[in-house]
Amino acid sequence: MSADALLELRGVDVAYQRRGHAPVRAVLGASLAVRAGEIVGLVGESGCGKSTLGRAAVGLVAPTSGEVRFSGEVVAPIGRRARPVGVRRLQMVFQDPYASLNPRRKVGEQIADAVRLGSGAGVRADVALARVPELLERVGLSAQIAHRFPHEFSGGQCQRIAIARVLASDPRCIVADEPISALDASAQAQVANLLAAVAQQSGLGLLFISHDLSVVRKIAHRTAVMYLGQIVEVGPTDAVWSEPSHPYTRALVAAIPRPGAGSHLPTELPGDVPDPARPPSGCRFHPRCPVVMDRCRTDDPPVVEVAPGWESLCLRSVARDGP
Amino acid sequence: MTGEALLEVEDLTVRLRTARGIRRAVDGVSFAIREGEILGVAGESGSGKTITALALLGLLPLGARTSGSVRFAGTDLLTLRRRELQKVRGAQVSLVSQDPMTSLHPLLRIEVQMTEHVRAHLGFSQEQARERALEMLAAVRIPDPEQALASHPHQFSGGMRQRIAIAMALACEPRLLIADEPTTALDVTVQAGILALLDRLRRERGVSVLFITHDLGVLSSVADRICVLYGGRVAEHGATSVVLGTPRHPYTDGLMRALPGAAVAGAAMTPIAGSPPSLDAMPAGCAFHPRCEWAVATCATRVPALRDVGDGRLLACDVDPLAPVPS
Amino acid sequence: MSLSDPLPLDSGLDVSAEGVDALDRRDRAALRPPWRQPLALVGGVIVLAWIVVAIFAPELAPHAPNDQFATPQLPPSHLYVFGTDELGRDVLSRVLYGARLSLPLAALLVAASMVIGSVLGSIAGFFGGIVDAAIMRVADLVFAFPGIILALAVAAALGAQLRNAVLAVIVVSWPSYARLSRGLVLAARSSEYVTSAKLLGSSGWRTMWVELRPNIAGPIFVLAALDIGNAVLLLSGLSFLGLGAQPPTAEWGAMVSEGAQNFSSYWIGLFPGLAILTVVLAFNFVGDALRDMLDPRTARMIRK
Repeated sequence: MSADALLELRGVDVAYQRRGHAPVRAVLGASLAVRAGEIVGLVGESGCGKSTLGRAAVGLVAPTSGEVRFSGEVVAPIGRRARPVGVRRLQMVFQDPYASLNPRRKVGEQIADAVRLGSGAGVRADVALARVPELLERVGLSAQIAHRFPHEFSGGQCQRIAIARVLASDPRCIVADEPISALDASAQAQVANLLAAVAQQSGLGLLFISHDLSVVRKIAHRTAVMYLGQIVEVGPTDAVWSEPSHPYTRALVAAIPRPGAGSHLPTELPGDVPDPARPPSGCRFHPRCPVVMDRCRTDDPPVVEVAPGWESLCLRSVARDGP
Repeated sequence: MTGEALLEVEDLTVRLRTARGIRRAVDGVSFAIREGEILGVAGESGSGKTITALALLGLLPLGARTSGSVRFAGTDLLTLRRRELQKVRGAQVSLVSQDPMTSLHPLLRIEVQMTEHVRAHLGFSQEQARERALEMLAAVRIPDPEQALASHPHQFSGGMRQRIAIAMALACEPRLLIADEPTTALDVTVQAGILALLDRLRRERGVSVLFITHDLGVLSSVADRICVLYGGRVAEHGATSVVLGTPRHPYTDGLMRALPGAAVAGAAMTPIAGSPPSLDAMPAGCAFHPRCEWAVATCATRVPALRDVGDGRLLACDVDPLAPVPS
Repeated sequence: MSLSDPLPLDSGLDVSAEGVDALDRRDRAALRPPWRQPLALVGGVIVLAWIVVAIFAPELAPHAPNDQFATPQLPPSHLYVFGTDELGRDVLSRVLYGARLSLPLAALLVAASMVIGSVLGSIAGFFGGIVDAAIMRVADLVFAFPGIILALAVAAALGAQLRNAVLAVIVVSWPSYARLSRGLVLAARSSEYVTSAKLLGSSGWRTMWVELRPNIAGPIFVLAALDIGNAVLLLSGLSFLGLGAQPPTAEWGAMVSEGAQNFSSYWIGLFPGLAILTVVLAFNFVGDALRDMLDPRTARMIRK
């Protein structure tokens, strides 16, 4: 992993304790780095642990082992105390825009509060309010809406407001957890474009978590693929998509419906994601893997460096020439 | 595929009472589905696609008024009495919705739910009904049907639940399956499985499917024909390859260009500006004109008529529809 | 009602996405603003009338409440509309003056129990753990007794005085606010807007005051509106039993009690009793209408 990483997860494990059951290891040894000005896509099926990893990245979930660093500082899990000012520049955008905005407070107040809280130092209330119009316009909304309540807006508009609030705290890195999956078709593209644009303009790091692989392909510089708690492949988006090294990535890419004339049915990946409480032995993907070998059932797959900056967690992966 | 139309919807109009008065949620929609055919109905929220499905099933909210005709295998469903409609519903037409938990009872074992349904509609004995349930679960590729019958819905993953919901919908061997966003909540890998399943069902059993979704990418792979709805009206209607290959309605075109999965990698998605109108603020003239890049002055006043433009396509746009599509 | 109650099964099809106001008649009636529901309207008018009476009692009442000037136990007539009591006081004047005591006291003690209860409940819900356990066990302890019995015991222990009766009623009524606000805070605490606020650096107290307060205030005020009738009843009950207002104070409960000792002169107890009845009913009508305006899940938490 690079030294200039803004957000760095190193060997993060997250386990959920359940009474009377063995703990579920939702995330297993995940390492991922997001640099300034870089968009990293994190994809995988539901239940693969990508949201848990995202929550661990901002401190909403405590890792059982491994560590998360933001600008070199360890990100401590959020407790009852106010979050330290330094870490406040690591923010999150949530899936449900209605749930992430306070329903009983005016949009402008919420954004102004974010300005004050994010700066840590005492910004005067009127100074904070004065920044609201500029922030709303930055996400493509009219400055006039500041005095309205969230329920007066569509999902796409609410997500823009949520993004404006995050931007108000002057973040350096944003973790977006399925930010578009609750939105309408046209709003999805709008919001994805907006997030990518603000990240580029301000040189932010963006960890974009989504189950929609085709969106990630459009906006992410690098893509990480998760399966059953593990990052199975990570590399430059183009390379991962055009010649995936891990068989699971290949299956995911093949399952995407291709719009346009004369298309054929997407390819089905048989089987279901196993219960994370009872993961398969050896490679966690082996029961569904189309190219499974005997060794896969017993041996843990190694991290193979396919090319510089491109890794795959598979016994079959081999180093290639540069992508 | 036979040429016979199984379902013929003609000039369907649904008026709903909203907080601000009576509004047309569906306005003069017509389409037909042949046996073994998959018709895709595409549109965003507010396009009237869900209301259309509810109208077909007679499940509209109280106070809704319907006109036009919905002929299913010769009988007009809109004129049927409740009891007669109930016989058709479930036995000959069934529904699969976005959230499978809406059709599965959380506290009953799968066996109870599936057999009760079959016994009620087809008069089967418990043994026969069980046989049928096992057969259907196998058809939707549930790994261990016997085990599944003894389980409760919460023991399955989202994709498995949707398969079970489809198995239940199929248990009475309906001739028409109305699928309302059946894969929207699912992962792509699971979605691929459901799409393959629907495709197999229509080929092997001749089931017709009305597939409602906002995702043109999904429709492009399974639908034979596509009907794009906007603001309660048909915008464009024709064979999938025709409509999606060379969209001629600006809305269809916009939806296609907003799709991230479009052929060219790296090319930015170009979303349609604005958001779909609500029932209470439906624009005059062409409902799409405030968001339309091609709009001219008359679009704001004149409702474009749906007309045949050759190549088996119906189009409701007055703006130079013969011009090559910008891409 | 606890939060873990299973939700009713969904009707299967969500039409709200289409912006449809698809409600059956009963639901629509509930969504009508209170000033368009007959019962709520009647309740509101009665409440207003009593407030006017309380304010203008000296102007409205034909006599002073404690003047013993007439023949005792005169039946209602054009001279003394509600008759006179056993000491020759005008019952009408005493009933009108009674409003000056019952209404402000009820409002005061509801306000007090609302503040105490919702602050304690919010703290319990927000901080959880031992704090939660301690506060809610005390609340449960209070809930374990029938309200009037516990209030009786408290009032008796403190001494038969109106002030002590008010304290006693506060002691028995704060736990319902605590329970409600704890439930609301618990539900809101795990919501994403609270998480967002924490990520932005909001402290616990700020989150509670700025983010949560506006979201839990509505249901709590509705409970308070429903509770005023209850408070009037409890307070009069204590006075009736001799543990509240002391003679010669014109208090409705105490007056009913006097009436009960002179059963042949029905008017002495009947009219103050009717006063209690109308006030309690009116506040309940208004409270019910307000509750119906809340969303159904929250409304179920208030229904006791």
